[in-house]
Amino acid sequence: MNEMETMTGAKALMTAMEKEGVKQVFGLPGGANLPMYDEFNRCDIRHILVRHEQSAAHMADGFGRVSRKPGVCFATSGPGATNILTGIATAQADSAPMIAVTGQVAVNMIGRDAFQESDIIGMANPVVKYAFQPRSAGEIPEVVKKGFFIAETGRPGPVLIDVPKDVQTNEAPMEFPDEFKIQGYHPWADPDIVNVERAIDMLLHAEKPIILAGGGAIISSAFAELQAVAETLMLPVVSTFKGKGAFPETHPLSLGPIGMHGHAEANKMMAEADCVLAIGTRFSDRSVGTFEAFEKRLKIIHMDVDPAEIGKNQNAQIAVVGDVKVNLRVMVKLLLQKAIKKTDESLWVKHVKETKSYWKENLKIHPGELGAAKILRKLRELLPKESIVTTEVGQHQMWASLFYDVVQPGTFFSSTGLGTMGWGFPAAIGAKVAKPDVPVVDIAGDGSFSMTENSLATAVLEDIPVIVFILNNSTLGMVAQWQRTFYDRRMTGVEQHSCPDYVKLAESYGAQGIRAQSMDELDKAIKNALSSDVATVIDIPIDPEEDVLPFVAPGTSLSDMILPS
Amino acid sequence: MWAILSILVENKPGILFKITHLFRARNFNIDSISVGITENPDYSKMTITTYGDEKRIEQVVKQLDKMIDTVKVEHLDESKTVFRELCIFKINLSNANDSMEVNKLANAYGGKVHDVKKDSMMVELSATPDQVKAFEELARPFGILDVARTGVAALQRSGA
Repeated sequence: MNEMETMTGAKALMTAMEKEGVKQVFGLPGGANLPMYDEFNRCDIRHILVRHEQSAAHMADGFGRVSRKPGVCFATSGPGATNILTGIATAQADSAPMIAVTGQVAVNMIGRDAFQESDIIGMANPVVKYAFQPRSAGEIPEVVKKGFFIAETGRPGPVLIDVPKDVQTNEAPMEFPDEFKIQGYHPWADPDIVNVERAIDMLLHAEKPIILAGGGAIISSAFAELQAVAETLMLPVVSTFKGKGAFPETHPLSLGPIGMHGHAEANKMMAEADCVLAIGTRFSDRSVGTFEAFEKRLKIIHMDVDPAEIGKNQNAQIAVVGDVKVNLRVMVKLLLQKAIKKTDESLWVKHVKETKSYWKENLKIHPGELGAAKILRKLRELLPKESIVTTEVGQHQMWASLFYDVVQPGTFFSSTGLGTMGWGFPAAIGAKVAKPDVPVVDIAGDGSFSMTENSLATAVLEDIPVIVFILNNSTLGMVAQWQRTFYDRRMTGVEQHSCPDYVKLAESYGAQGIRAQSMDELDKAIKNALSSDVATVIDIPIDPEEDVLPFVAPGTSLSDMILPS
Repeated sequence: MWAILSILVENKPGILFKITHLFRARNFNIDSISVGITENPDYSKMTITTYGDEKRIEQVVKQLDKMIDTVKVEHLDESKTVFRELCIFKINLSNANDSMEVNKLANAYGGKVHDVKKDSMMVELSATPDQVKAFEELARPFGILDVARTGVAALQRSGA
């Protein structure tokens, strides 16, 4: 047992976080979290000030996804807490580890509609992995310990710790436990050798097997195992959008993401496959469209760490529950033991490669000099392979999915589940804090960037030089595309009127703003940004009429793509 | 299908809220719910009855199991389970014979009679939902003035 020291709840919270290895907190102070803020004067944890609490949560989220350790954000009670809620929900939808600490009114004021009181525990419940509200200071060390454990183990997620103000100021003898018990939480499952063996058998007997890599493959960093399985069994690899880059997209077996805006070759091959090894995916509607068209033919092997995902959206013939890295490693080992290694290309793999090269040559792209494909291929060409890319939400995000190839696995992150506009920029800041030595680029649209653009203040003042890469069509482009496609061009509420001027906006924050109006200017702008010590916004005006294609309309199957004409 | 779920949870504030919230958020239905402390005061047991096809019930169980506050979640097999709910009916008496008739009916279902008044009486019934339904059908002609039901409580038989 550790020696007991008497201290305030606020100090215990910071001490417990230091013990968890926390180096920085993204946040914004207010009345109800002042005691915790005062502790920043007495500890080594860096505070990174945001201009809106939602951005603090996205920064913590970006930090968490890149470092695979929970990012921490602070907000005060009431509006501070409700402001981070969108960020918490975003992390939950994408299984990102996060600790959100909110101030709360004093215990004896709870329920009396006090100033800046909100029932954040009640509000956050459906969008957190777990929520704590310690009612006495002495509970704090264990709450923090459990919070980090829950956030980062199993299927990761956000944990909320809501601390009433008097619990922060009250003193108690504090014990910082090394061990604790959470009876109803079992994040680990043993390797499932039996079902992995059955899976191998099913894959070997399939005519047209394929791997579908989901976000879980990235979260558990199962990159080497995934590649080994694909290469040993000669399996073509598609991914979900969240799984983009779990497998190098430049690999000959890679087909890229499937889905509403998946790669044509990926959607085509997914629709033809007869057996899928699905790794860490929930078969979301955006990924699979409707499976009914070919699900009778398709045998599904579903690997996931979350047992509740098995059969939730899609029935599986074989379920392998547990960490996908662990079970893929078992698969690699069994393949080695059995000396199974495919060397000849099957008819299926030949067909896949032909389809891939057909679409590489024949997918029509925007003819203009600054078409989305050309812009993003230029970015790819100039970015070192270890660079981290985040995206906002909208057309630019789907163009990034189509035209920005991830070379090094686990370097591409997006708000894929909740689809939160404004996520990419603060998440890029969090990612840069996690990995200060690699370039971090937020591929953005003008609509999304506007939602959290005030994080420029954080990037500049805290010296976090990320790059914002705006494909600026001065439109809420994805909505506009749907209005063009499904509403007979009745455009409503989408025009942004080139407001604001993003170059001037960047400059007003002390960041660098560059407008690129030709491929030559774009080339220079990217090189300039990569060598800049200060955050850079590159504003690239594009054609507002450019659509994201291919497009699988909602409720239709992957084989019914709308293609560029 | 109708399913009885038995959920052992840590006896902490706010858990009933989380469980019912999960049912709402995931579009599941609660047919009845009963909650009480167990022999160990650290735990409460909830019995929830719900409807859905097999896949749906399996999904409810998995989602409940995933909750950190649930210690054990079981889908009970009706044939191996003792399950009852407590109901109190207030029944209208309009004819002279009604009191006797309702008394007979109550006896037939193992019910107890309370609060016998000139124009109404109460029947307390501890029975399965099917039996309650049957009783209700037979009592309806007299006029059911009010009813309160606890929801099902259930325990698996030993050795089952």
